[in-house]
Amino acid sequence: MPDAQLLAAQDLRLDVNVLDYVILALYFLVVLGIGFAAKRAVRTSLDFFLSGRALPAWITGLAFMSANLGATEVLGMAANGAQYGAMTLHYYWIGAVPAMVFLGIVMMPFYYRSKVHSVPEFMRRRFNGATQLLNAGTFAVAQILIAGINLYALALIMDAMLGWPLWLSIIVSAAIVLAYITLGGLSSAIYNEVMQFFVIVAGLVPVVIIGLTRVGGFSGLGEKVKQSVLGEGGLHTWAHTAGTDNPLNANWIGLVFGLGFVLSFGYWTTNFAEVQRALSARNTNAARLTPIVAAYPKLVIPIVTVIPGLVAVVLFGNLGKDGGPTYNEAIPLLMNEFLPNGVLGVAVTGLLASFMAGMAANISGFNTVFTQDIWKAHINGDHPDEWYVRLGRIATVVGVLAGIGTAFIAAGFGNIMNYLQSLFSFFNAPLFATFIIGLFWRRMTAWAGFWGLLTGTVCAFASYILYKAGVFDFGTELNASFWGAGIAFVVDAIVSVVVTLATTPKPESELRGLVYGLSDASVADDALAGDTAWYRSPVILGAGAVVLAAAFYLPFL
Amino acid sequence: MAAPQRLFDIRRVIGGLFLVYGLILTVTGLFDSAQEIQKAEGIRINLWTGIAMLVVGGAFLLWERLRPSDGPAPSDEEE
Repeated sequence: MPDAQLLAAQDLRLDVNVLDYVILALYFLVVLGIGFAAKRAVRTSLDFFLSGRALPAWITGLAFMSANLGATEVLGMAANGAQYGAMTLHYYWIGAVPAMVFLGIVMMPFYYRSKVHSVPEFMRRRFNGATQLLNAGTFAVAQILIAGINLYALALIMDAMLGWPLWLSIIVSAAIVLAYITLGGLSSAIYNEVMQFFVIVAGLVPVVIIGLTRVGGFSGLGEKVKQSVLGEGGLHTWAHTAGTDNPLNANWIGLVFGLGFVLSFGYWTTNFAEVQRALSARNTNAARLTPIVAAYPKLVIPIVTVIPGLVAVVLFGNLGKDGGPTYNEAIPLLMNEFLPNGVLGVAVTGLLASFMAGMAANISGFNTVFTQDIWKAHINGDHPDEWYVRLGRIATVVGVLAGIGTAFIAAGFGNIMNYLQSLFSFFNAPLFATFIIGLFWRRMTAWAGFWGLLTGTVCAFASYILYKAGVFDFGTELNASFWGAGIAFVVDAIVSVVVTLATTPKPESELRGLVYGLSDASVADDALAGDTAWYRSPVILGAGAVVLAAAFYLPFL
Repeated sequence: MAAPQRLFDIRRVIGGLFLVYGLILTVTGLFDSAQEIQKAEGIRINLWTGIAMLVVGGAFLLWERLRPSDGPAPSDEEE
């Protein structure tokens, strides 16, 4: 299967010239400049890992969203748009947005005010060291696997530009990413993330405008999608979800519970690569606003991902078919078709920068968790601060090297988004169950945290294997990940309750500030002047985002 | 503790980058050949994208100029 992939990738060749390379080179000069400047500002391990907790909400908010606008969004969501049509919108409007708002309003105060470095550290304080180690271990593995996806996507673009073989593109891409994260740690990663977001939007908007012009505007696109392989179903989100007669083969229970609740809440609320962005905010309010500020752009991101996917399926009849280009190539194909040199350079720069940012986010998440939650917490915690900064840099190198290996795994999947969702169902869904039960049920015991998490992860993995082996029939790979997530959540919850009833709970004094309804009075109020304004209220802004998401569904019922 | 945003404001970096990109694209757009314009469905996409990037870049620089730092500096309690 990987062979077919490589052949298809070689068909696509972007017609870049000197002008495009100048635009690309300018970007990386600026990126390296930020790396050097940030390096001078990095003094303590807190600076390196959490940007000194000094950033305002609008920077952390954009960084939060940009950390996710890597390969997952741009190629993956366009691939899904082409493969499943308008149902891809569920990822944004019932998936991401409500989960981001929930994270900001309900969960962020616990993360931020407990002054933890990471999600696994939170697990240690709420449960025990074993839970922390388990969570840190699965998280580290997940980040390396996801880094491989980003690296593969990056290499796919380099391959299309330069015609290099995939393995060479992967290695060169890895070297560039490594150079830029080791320079300045999280500060430079965050700044680059914000920049790449604007550049990629500047590069994708022209693709959307020209694409819509070609197919005759929105109405023309609608007409042509109906006549394409997707058919009428490609234009609807909720129609026929009582059964499974829709492009996703998913019913509304799978969508609402699997995707909307478990998978998305799990991803957004416990994925440390994301949460870390909010932890670098300057106070509790800024931390709570971080995911909510990010939810607004997230609402409209489908314009530059799902619409190009639909245009691609209309224009390229052989997309996703045997011998044709893979769904992953929808966006690069459109760029090649429409963009003249100049804008093409901006779009290519945006894509390359986006995958680097995505990979940098995975690697910085990995090195924080490896250094703080595995090494410092469980192997040796007696070294001076600088020692851990250095270990963080070594972990970065190891993480990038491991990512090269996992990039070849990603290369075996025709739709990288499906692969990614399967990974989320293994790692994030059970974590979310443990986290949410632990937060709202203070009796839940330390070992319930550990065993719930372990059995949930194993069951999600088992359901995927059984789907692959043909024992379970979920219709599509994506639907399999919705169900895997649901199964992981339920098993985790049941095991947690059973183990809790058989063991003794932690005393309340150890749970202050970590569970709902037991606040920690010793933590000072860190509100700044102006935080009481309505436009800085997490609840008002969060409610606004959810209402907009619901309203956006109306044309696509 | 030197907070990163005191060293270099991201708005200035994005604004500057967009101005340079906008300038390059606008100039390229002015001299685009008929063939290039036809590739983009008759839209002078380099020119329009260039102008849009100039506007966005200018807006970032203006924002940075009007509100140099976002609120008071954080306390250095971690030190």
